[in-house]
Amino acid sequence: MTTIRVGHLYPDYLNIYADRGNIAVLTRRAAWRGHELEVTALGMGDAVVPGAHDLYYVGGGQDREQLLVADDLVRKAEALREAVDAGAAVLAVCGGYQLLGRRYRGFYGDDMPGIGLLPLETVAGERRMIGDVLLECELEPGERRTLAGFENHAGRTRLDPGAEPLGRVLAGFGNDGESGFEGCRAGRVLGTYLHGPLLPRNAWLADWLLAQALAHRLGTDAPPRLEPLADGLERRAQEVSAARARSRGGRYA
Amino acid sequence: MRPHPPLALEIAAARGVAALSRRVGAGGGTTIPGKLLAELDRGAIDRLATRLGAGTAVVSATNGKTTTTAMAAEILRPRYRLAHNAAGANLVSGVASALLTAGDADLGLFEVDEAALPELVERLRPRSVCLGNLFRDQLDRYGELELIAERWRGAAAQLPESSRLVYNADDPQLAAASQGRAGSVAFGLDDPRVARPSLQHAADSKYCVHCGTPYAYAAAYVGHLGDYRCPRGDHARPPLEVAARDVSLHGLDRASFLLDTPDGSRRIELRLPGLYNVYNAVAAAALARSLGAGLDEIVAGLERFSAAFGRFERLAVGEKRILLLLIKNPAGANEAVRTLVDGGQPAVLVVALNDEIADGRDVSWIWDVDFEPLLPGLDRLVASGGRAAELALRFRYGGLGESAIEVEPDLGNALDRGLELTPDGGELVVLPTYTAMLGLQRLLSSRGLAEPYWER
Repeated sequence: MTTIRVGHLYPDYLNIYADRGNIAVLTRRAAWRGHELEVTALGMGDAVVPGAHDLYYVGGGQDREQLLVADDLVRKAEALREAVDAGAAVLAVCGGYQLLGRRYRGFYGDDMPGIGLLPLETVAGERRMIGDVLLECELEPGERRTLAGFENHAGRTRLDPGAEPLGRVLAGFGNDGESGFEGCRAGRVLGTYLHGPLLPRNAWLADWLLAQALAHRLGTDAPPRLEPLADGLERRAQEVSAARARSRGGRYA
Repeated sequence: MRPHPPLALEIAAARGVAALSRRVGAGGGTTIPGKLLAELDRGAIDRLATRLGAGTAVVSATNGKTTTTAMAAEILRPRYRLAHNAAGANLVSGVASALLTAGDADLGLFEVDEAALPELVERLRPRSVCLGNLFRDQLDRYGELELIAERWRGAAAQLPESSRLVYNADDPQLAAASQGRAGSVAFGLDDPRVARPSLQHAADSKYCVHCGTPYAYAAAYVGHLGDYRCPRGDHARPPLEVAARDVSLHGLDRASFLLDTPDGSRRIELRLPGLYNVYNAVAAAALARSLGAGLDEIVAGLERFSAAFGRFERLAVGEKRILLLLIKNPAGANEAVRTLVDGGQPAVLVVALNDEIADGRDVSWIWDVDFEPLLPGLDRLVASGGRAAELALRFRYGGLGESAIEVEPDLGNALDRGLELTPDGGELVVLPTYTAMLGLQRLLSSRGLAEPYWER
């Protein structure tokens, strides 16, 4: 049994799209493999200690909550950068994703500093992009997988030239509704607009994250192979969500 | 500008459509005529409203607007002839339809969708506006909660001076929207004994509206509703003019409380369960009082009231019973769960999750609901609706064993399976989202077990 240590950033502020569902999935799927997930809240004023966590999670929030945490997150930036350089994994969703870029200009015109863990910038547009999304991802060479989720954001996220998106948009808007890409990936750091929450219906991604976190914990380069689970319900849920994305896609609001 | 046809002609055309809609079995015809009217001439709504001699009153809230409005109607019926959108058609078109069928009504009493409130306030210029609560709900449809709160603040600021703003002071956002407005009426709950031990996970407006500091709660009742105070002294719950005190909850059967008003205090015995219905009742009392109802009328009306359509319903099926409780967002579903647990843990549960526009296409909210208190007594979950598998995952990752979960997307099959698992003399608890509830109503009605909603 290995204890996987998760640092959950601002759970009191960034939790709008049922982010705790993602944590619940990581916890159970670790437990079903005999591992323990130890989740620590990293709130306002709490120090990030590089090496103390194997996986960081940042959830979604409204502009108001993002504004409340943005400055505090900047104070954690250096430690987070150090942790990531040493191999810690990160999953950031929606509002959290935006704050991992260099900056975010919110819907009401507030300029918020980001922490530059991902090579991107975000500016809110006039209309929100809302609806089911379907992506094709290839996090490991040759392993194409689909991700199904729901997006609801005014932010238009532009990746720097050469930056790696999380996936290609098969249906829905993605980062900006134009580029055909969604999310961003830099090594073990993932950012995405997809919630739903993301992990219950995309169990393969939960396992990918757990494997990265285990690699950090065990100090190995190659992530360990996790014992496969039956995942019948997970697949059914993904199929329905994927069908929604294909049949009704997103809308501007 | 396009000239509009005479009002009488528009009304006749729209009424014809309603009759046709019912005849072809397309539903109650509760919004189609209004849609037509709104299409032909939106200003007709303003003119129709001026025909109501005693004016109009509107109720909006994320949760409880149908019940609150129905309770207020029950109180006010002896005093006024009401035009009331009782079937829950609460967009501009639904209100237009209710105005079209108003007949000789003298008071319009309308529940109003949160997003439609600003336009309807502007068109109807209501005598009283009752604001119940704002919770996270259907973020895919409304956008962020802050956006709705901002539009409500705008609507409140636009109200004519003579209008009464009746608001839930336990909701910081609503208290802020009403701050400094003459003629506003604060209502709320005052009984720390029925408070939650802590703020729920899904609590929304928990940071001071002025400075962003987390509120300190002397008591948190439902979601973020409660007795709050900014520790920096920037904002606090205003004094309550109409309050529910000394609350007692009796499981799934009933609730009672002491209604405290400037005219005196009276004990109310509600025939509905749950703290959320106490909120609905005190809101209805404050609203009815602003429209002239006396304390006796309020007590009598609230005690006569049984249930608004589909919110809480019990039906007999042979030797068994079905209990229907609508769920539609975390705050409301948490209250449904609390009420169920207080009334005895169900062993069999049917939960039906749809993702139509009226349910919210984004189903992530089920992960914000605290379903866990139901798990200890639960032998079998039948997950149903278009997103049955997602719902099943919610319970599985919440800790329910896979062998206790059945996935049956079809509502009829799920209901039959649930009844099959329920022993004679037992009660099957069904928690449907909005369109699943409509589907179940149709199903039960086709089996002769419930009346279609437009006949109530």
